[in-house]
Amino acid sequence: MNNVVVYCEIEDGHVAEVSQELMTKGRGLANELGVKLEAVAIGHELEGIENQIFPYGVDTVYVADDARLAPFTTLPHTAIIVKLFQEQKPQIALMGASSIGRDLGPRVSSALHSGLTADCTSLVIGNHEDKKQGKTYENLLYQIRPAFGGNIIATIINPDCRPQMATVREGVMKKEILDPKYKGKVVKLEVAKYVSDADFAVEIIERHMEKSKVNMKAAPIVIAGGYGMGSKENFQLLFELAEVLGGEVGASRAAVDAGYVEHERQIGQTGVTVRPKLYIACGISGQIQHRAGMEESAQIIAINTDPEAPINAIADYVITGDIAEVLPKMIKYYKKNTK
Amino acid sequence: MKSFKVIVLAKQVPDTRNVGKDAMKADGTINRAALSAIFNPEDLNALEQALRIKENFPGTTVTILTMGPGRAAEIIREGMFRGADDGILLTDRAFAGSDTLATSYAISQALKKVKDYDIIIAGRQAIDGDTAQVGPQVAEKLCLPQVTYVEEVQKIESGKIFVKRRLERGVELVSCPLPMVMTVNGSAPDCRARNAKLIMKYKHAKTVTELQNSNEDYLHLYNDRPYLNIPEWTVSDIEVDHAELGLSGSPTKVKTVENVVLQAKEAKVLSPSDDDMDTLMRELIESHTIG
Ligand SMILES: Cc1cc2nc3c(=O)[nH]c(=O)nc-3n(C[C@H](O)[C@H](O)[C@H](O)COP(=O)(O)OP(=O)(O)OC[C@H]3O[C@@H](n4cnc5c(N)ncnc54)[C@H](O)[C@@H]3O)c2cc1C
Ligand SMILES: Cc1cc2nc3c(=O)[nH]c(=O)nc-3n(C[C@H](O)[C@H](O)[C@H](O)COP(=O)(O)OP(=O)(O)OC[C@H]3O[C@@H](n4cnc5c(N)ncnc54)[C@H](O)[C@@H]3O)c2cc1C
Repeated sequence: MNNVVVYCEIEDGHVAEVSQELMTKGRGLANELGVKLEAVAIGHELEGIENQIFPYGVDTVYVADDARLAPFTTLPHTAIIVKLFQEQKPQIALMGASSIGRDLGPRVSSALHSGLTADCTSLVIGNHEDKKQGKTYENLLYQIRPAFGGNIIATIINPDCRPQMATVREGVMKKEILDPKYKGKVVKLEVAKYVSDADFAVEIIERHMEKSKVNMKAAPIVIAGGYGMGSKENFQLLFELAEVLGGEVGASRAAVDAGYVEHERQIGQTGVTVRPKLYIACGISGQIQHRAGMEESAQIIAINTDPEAPINAIADYVITGDIAEVLPKMIKYYKKNTK
Repeated sequence: MKSFKVIVLAKQVPDTRNVGKDAMKADGTINRAALSAIFNPEDLNALEQALRIKENFPGTTVTILTMGPGRAAEIIREGMFRGADDGILLTDRAFAGSDTLATSYAISQALKKVKDYDIIIAGRQAIDGDTAQVGPQVAEKLCLPQVTYVEEVQKIESGKIFVKRRLERGVELVSCPLPMVMTVNGSAPDCRARNAKLIMKYKHAKTVTELQNSNEDYLHLYNDRPYLNIPEWTVSDIEVDHAELGLSGSPTKVKTVENVVLQAKEAKVLSPSDDDMDTLMRELIESHTIG
């Protein structure tokens, strides 16, 4: 009763990154609250899926396996989650702020009349005093999220309705295997009890999923270029530096919009979130929406001709200069010092 | 050929994308007065999809429904200038403090009064609240199927709509029976520009409240040209349970809000000189950050 539950997104038999990250976060929250961590896996051919889930410290996984449940469509997944939550009454439910979670989450929250906080960047347990009603709430989930185009950060709480639901984007929480041998239990759901034929109103006629070529999130070093790179050709300098240092190339939205590099490299509020050991921002001004995707990097180097560029305020090293001069020198002196 | 009744859900939002230097006050808080109020960008993409349906199916009507303060009537006129037939402003103090659940409740109750709709089109996300929740929640409240992240309506036949969806890592073509709710992505085609003839036709369109505050010279127009009257609905015009509205109908509460203020940390400032570059690379190698 009143556990923490994570909805697992599954694509081609694999639990999505964001769900793995949320299970790690969920385990932490469950420990703090002294409750169990549960997960829900909905799809098809899910034999053995629990082996990908238990290592994150999941105590119970609910599995709904049916050919009609994959790929994801809104109504049947909603129907299963809604009924399951009514039965199990979790206190906290987490989903990815992905194309799946942001389609499913609001629908589930509406059906259960529970609040949903979108796109959280941090989740912590805390108390709340409602002075007007003279009431104190213990162990609520503080759901912290940017709004207003990233210009404000709000702490949202959900005092009275359960579950407290939140979505979180991929790359925001850290994933960590708790114990490769952790054993929980599998509860198979009888799908026919949860969904009706009417839930299959929307039909997928065709589907093209692109396998991502770039993996910025796993890269220890990210070298990102902005509009200040000036051209697609200049971006080659970044690829060269990435090659020498062993990193990936990222970009600001202005660079992507200018066509310097493909969209999947965009970092920031509407791109991916990265937290590498080293982030090198080249010709990036550092607007709030960009910083949202990189400010937790362990070390930041900013290369910018403008000594007042906002990015400098969060940098560990500020190099005031032209990328065309700085980048070749970085390559040169890296090579010299590693010989 | 069949025609449809299309409703576009549109929100007037502060232009959070153009938060310039004057938009931040000295104390680091947002100077809302310096932000202009605009038609939520993705709602314009939604409107364009609606107008395309109207073109392809003559007789189709496009109605803009917006919930907000009195001035939100501006975006209804804006929509009319681009081809919408009419609009409804849902406005009442009782809606203040609504979270997405209370917002979608109010909107869905207004839609129940509209009745007979075939297609409800929302934007994916509003740029102020930034949640992307209202569309799917309206769908749930009306017990309708939903299709999110639509980029293109391909066809409507035999009571089904066929659309292309843009997902994070791919594209889907789906069919959905009518009536339905869809949310449209920013990657969908931009909205057409205002049309000069429509500006002439609708520039005096007003809500009752606006009319009361306006120049009397025009008053005769509103009896002769009923399309100039923008209906304004308050809670008393729709059937509602008051407990579901505004703050009391909102499970989520904003506990605190912080404005983002840049905090400078101690940075090492370097020049592009050979010496500085050499030192930098050595430091990074020694600290095992690279290498
Ligand atoms: C700092 C802050 C944080 C917030 N966080 C949350 C939160 O996490 N969860 C939550 O439930 N609420 C939250 N809210 C409340 C939320 O912003 C409001 O409920 C808002 O009215 C609707 O949400 P949205 O702007 O996110 O719209 P979205 O859900 O992003 O809008 C999607 C689409 O719905 C339609 N739509 C939305 N509003 C209207 C309208 N008024 N009239 C017509 N069509 C509309 C439009 O087509 C729009 O494109 C927050 C508010 C603030 C100030
Ligand atoms: C809702 C919303 C979501 C957004 N999401 C994102 C997002 O996910 N990611 C993102 O990045 N942005 C996002 N943005 C856009 C963001 O606001 C900025 O517009 C964008 O980050 C600016 O990119 P930039 O720094 O590359 O360009 P600019 O702001 O144009 O900055 C270019 C910089 O390069 C410097 N420069 C110029 N020439 C040189 C040179 N030769 N050598 C060195 N430096 C030079 C300049 O001094 C300047 O600082 C979003 C905006 C909105 C409204």
